[in-house]
Amino acid sequence: MNSKIGTFNSRVELAHGGGGPAMRGLIERMFIPGFPQTDVGLQAMDDGAALRVGDRWLVVTTDSHVIHPVFFPGGDIGRLSIAGTVNDLAAMGCTEPLGLTCAVVMEEGFPLAELERIWRSIKGTCEEAGTTVVAGDTKVMGRGEVDGIVLNTTGVGWADHLVRDCGLTAGDNIIVSGSIGDHGLAIMATRASLALDTELESDVAPLGGLVRAVLDAGGGGVVAMKDATRGGLASALFEMGGKSGVGVVLDEPSIPVRDGVTAAAELLGIDPLHVANEGKVVIGVRPDATEAVLAALRAHPLGGNAALIGRCVTERPGSVVLDTGFGRRLLTELDGEPLPRIC
Amino acid sequence: MLDRAASQLKFRDPRRARALLDALDRRVQAIGRSPVSVMHVCGSHEQAIARYGMRSSFPRHLEVIMGPGCPVCVTDLPEVDEAVALALSGVRVATYGDMLNVRGTSMSLGDAMADGGRVEVVYSITQAVSLARDADEPLVFFASGFETTAVATAAVLLANPPANFSVLSAHKYIPPVMEIVAEMPESRVEGFLAAGHAATITGFGVFERFVERHGVPVVVAGFEPLDILAGLVELVTLIQEGRAEVRNAFPRCVTRDGNRRAQEQLWEVFRPIGGRWRGIAHVPNGNLRLREEFGKWDARSRFDIDPRPLWDHAPSRLVERCQCGDIMAGIASPTDCDLFGRDCVPSAPVGACMVSAEGTCKIWHRYGGHPDLRGGRT
Repeated sequence: MNSKIGTFNSRVELAHGGGGPAMRGLIERMFIPGFPQTDVGLQAMDDGAALRVGDRWLVVTTDSHVIHPVFFPGGDIGRLSIAGTVNDLAAMGCTEPLGLTCAVVMEEGFPLAELERIWRSIKGTCEEAGTTVVAGDTKVMGRGEVDGIVLNTTGVGWADHLVRDCGLTAGDNIIVSGSIGDHGLAIMATRASLALDTELESDVAPLGGLVRAVLDAGGGGVVAMKDATRGGLASALFEMGGKSGVGVVLDEPSIPVRDGVTAAAELLGIDPLHVANEGKVVIGVRPDATEAVLAALRAHPLGGNAALIGRCVTERPGSVVLDTGFGRRLLTELDGEPLPRIC
Repeated sequence: MLDRAASQLKFRDPRRARALLDALDRRVQAIGRSPVSVMHVCGSHEQAIARYGMRSSFPRHLEVIMGPGCPVCVTDLPEVDEAVALALSGVRVATYGDMLNVRGTSMSLGDAMADGGRVEVVYSITQAVSLARDADEPLVFFASGFETTAVATAAVLLANPPANFSVLSAHKYIPPVMEIVAEMPESRVEGFLAAGHAATITGFGVFERFVERHGVPVVVAGFEPLDILAGLVELVTLIQEGRAEVRNAFPRCVTRDGNRRAQEQLWEVFRPIGGRWRGIAHVPNGNLRLREEFGKWDARSRFDIDPRPLWDHAPSRLVERCQCGDIMAGIASPTDCDLFGRDCVPSAPVGACMVSAEGTCKIWHRYGGHPDLRGGRT
């Protein structure tokens, strides 16, 4: 046994898709080895790849979407599949995707009315994001061979100013574009049938326009970005800090979390910083660009709750320190599923 | 529900915390010794202290020790063996998820499940009763937890559960183990922070005789950061003034007498007997077993449980190096154990403290271990 326990046992486990250390271990040890190094390719493990063409970058990314339930408060799998890929592109500085492909894998018996509803949502989200689906693929599998519907989208577009997730240096500030934990807690509260007074809603939304506003306001002062999906804000900051070789100190009271999300998280014993967001981006900015970026975010309809939540330091490179207001501790990534508490 | 949760947030005001920390600092300095050592006996206290990084703000000369506050962790090997033997013999066993990966002499209930044993994870005893009601075959609930959870078990047994339902009790009672810890020769404990939720049932009066006998103060505290700080200020003040008294720092939930009805039910169903707590000691009156009147729901009288085949295994090298016992007795910290975070992690635990959500090692691991993060406060 060693420190890599749990990342590479004899079978694939749910944790291998959780966005945390187990998944990174699998990618690093199985998927990456043997492929030649490219400009910003697999090895970079960024939100997508960037290939240099002349003096511009061609950015490409792909994402598969499985979610239960398929329709959830605030969105559905169709909106999620478009926003997920658009946001991965945007987080690298590609804010106007040329187009998306969409592959559909369905289970025999899936209701056509639901498929139509999903497709309407895909069209609507594409319009919102200023892009379109240019190619697709359709497969049907037998009953029980796939759970309902799986969507894969691939997106491609240009970036003049490529933003990586590894560009932080000590002194940079960390900004988040809005409230944290909305998507993950909305899904979990729905699954657990929590009877909450206020229904929680997913934040799923395409962020191309918001990120364009950030880049226009901050220019070269925007040094790193990542969309905080699986693994939540914690995993996003871990990756950004680790790849950049800096420590990150977060001021927990400054992190925007809705009251309903806090309450549901307490009931379920989950930390909002560990759950997925589908409409939030984490941005590393130079100190002199901070105010302009914050102002641009807050002026955008999707960035009203944007906040400065932390800063980068030279101490403890690769770790994230959480100042709770009552003390300081290390923030860890969630690996695997928590067991229910008994008292 | 949200309103109640929102009102809890009042007890998370960092400005008030700063005032309490200053008061704590002054009291500890006034005592003028180092360290001043106090112990809490509840996983939920450790959870809050670790979650909020409070150790980095405690006065340098105050030592807050984690005591035996995890019921799953102190469940002894023979008790786990009984549950495993039942499951392997083909009887359906329902358990809390925390207990699933805790090893007995050679196997955990999770191992028994992988070997074809019939084990179900439930969130509450009522869920276990429903499982029994929906089937014709026997169902045994492996009941773990302190008096807080034991009261729920008692209430179910008093409500005449189905005849195919029975209980294998590994319930434990906290007050007697505090006596043991207070008397340990290596114990440095000068005061106890008692668990607020258990005291809602027992009342804080239950500690009065303890305080008299051992000359050590006890303060009952809640679980929000400000509750814990207020409890510590009260406790350190009592130590400073040399007063061995019981104080209630959780008055919004706890009274002197507690929940009389729940106590009656608890003692109507259970009797205290002596028994080993894993890693700690034999604790007189520390285990709760069903009274004879409830024999028809007692798995120990209904089944001929034979755990002997499980004893034929030597523990692994790693298990021999595990320091869970010393950690639960408050003599060692997780970081004193060379397995912590390397050979012993939540996905491959060696000792029970890394398995249960109430276990000190699991809590420390979840919240980033315990590097010295002091210095954030001036």
